[in-house]
Amino acid sequence: MKILIDLFITFAKMGAVTFGGGYAMLPILQREIVENKKWGTEEELADYYAIGQCTPGVIAVNVATFIGRKTAGNLGGIVATLGVVFPSVVIITLLAGVIEYYSSLEWVKHAFAGIRVCVCVLIFNAVIKLFSKAIIDRKTLAIYLIVLACSVFLNVSPVVFVIAAGLAGIILKVRTK
Amino acid sequence: MIYLKLFWEFFNTGLFAVGGGMATLPFLYDIADRTGWFTHHQLADMIAVSESTPGPIGINMATYSGYLTSGLSGSVVATLGLITPSIIVILLIAAFLTAFHDNKYVNGAFYGLRPASCAMITAAGLVVSKVTFFAGDFPSGFSVKSVALAAVLLVFTHLIRRTEKFHPVIWIAFSAVVGILFKY
Repeated sequence: MKILIDLFITFAKMGAVTFGGGYAMLPILQREIVENKKWGTEEELADYYAIGQCTPGVIAVNVATFIGRKTAGNLGGIVATLGVVFPSVVIITLLAGVIEYYSSLEWVKHAFAGIRVCVCVLIFNAVIKLFSKAIIDRKTLAIYLIVLACSVFLNVSPVVFVIAAGLAGIILKVRTK
Repeated sequence: MIYLKLFWEFFNTGLFAVGGGMATLPFLYDIADRTGWFTHHQLADMIAVSESTPGPIGINMATYSGYLTSGLSGSVVATLGLITPSIIVILLIAAFLTAFHDNKYVNGAFYGLRPASCAMITAAGLVVSKVTFFAGDFPSGFSVKSVALAAVLLVFTHLIRRTEKFHPVIWIAFSAVVGILFKY
């Protein structure tokens, strides 16, 4: 029981101080998990990140599940994950209430119109970063262009693209070897 | 049975969004179009809030959209929906860790998934851009002011070395101030 409480509190603390998602969390994980708590090694963290990147869901959640499971079994995995999302739920819920309340004010509308421009730039920057890692040859470029065209012009669920692209990747990669 | 529907929609998102927080974006647009729980405008605001608050972005977006849909309990249900598939998948993988890592079929699938995920985020970005640069009215609502701000931000985040690595929250605050001063 003590270890579960410890897991929850440690991961909640990390969830509360990390801005900007999974990658921003890595240095904090290295300090807390590897150096302070000794729940894992640097190599294990690197493995968890690699797997977290290519499994569904949010990377920080995946890493929390891994370390929690290793420390205190399946229940530990669940408790660590709940810990890492707990601060987000509290903070966003408080903010959402405030934003909805003020959003009718004229100057708040202007502020969000400006912020929306910034959001476009942030998404664009995220795409550039991802593009350089994901599009590595002609075949991946073809997948990118086909999925982009289909998402813009057709009204199809993203689930269809995920399944089709996964299958295409297996066929292209495994057959050419 | 809004809670069941919320849980199901975010469970789906959590199961199929591969590659981190922004990968949830195309799924959120899909949810917005099908359910009408929130608008494209609200989604754009949501991204800004998520980027400027602590915690994983995917979780923040689920919490915020859950809140917009049905208040506090909605945010809890949506977040639980999003993380449930991750927990199940990771607990399974942890049992077969090394086998998963070097499997050629798994590697092949991700060879195809990565560009697809990137393309879907690009498409989501285009939707936000349309709302932003054309003030909801395409093509007559074209906003020169918005394009000017975007150009300034691009210069700061790509060309000027000293400001390139600044945290997104700084650019969000900067854009909010510009928006208020110049009445966007």
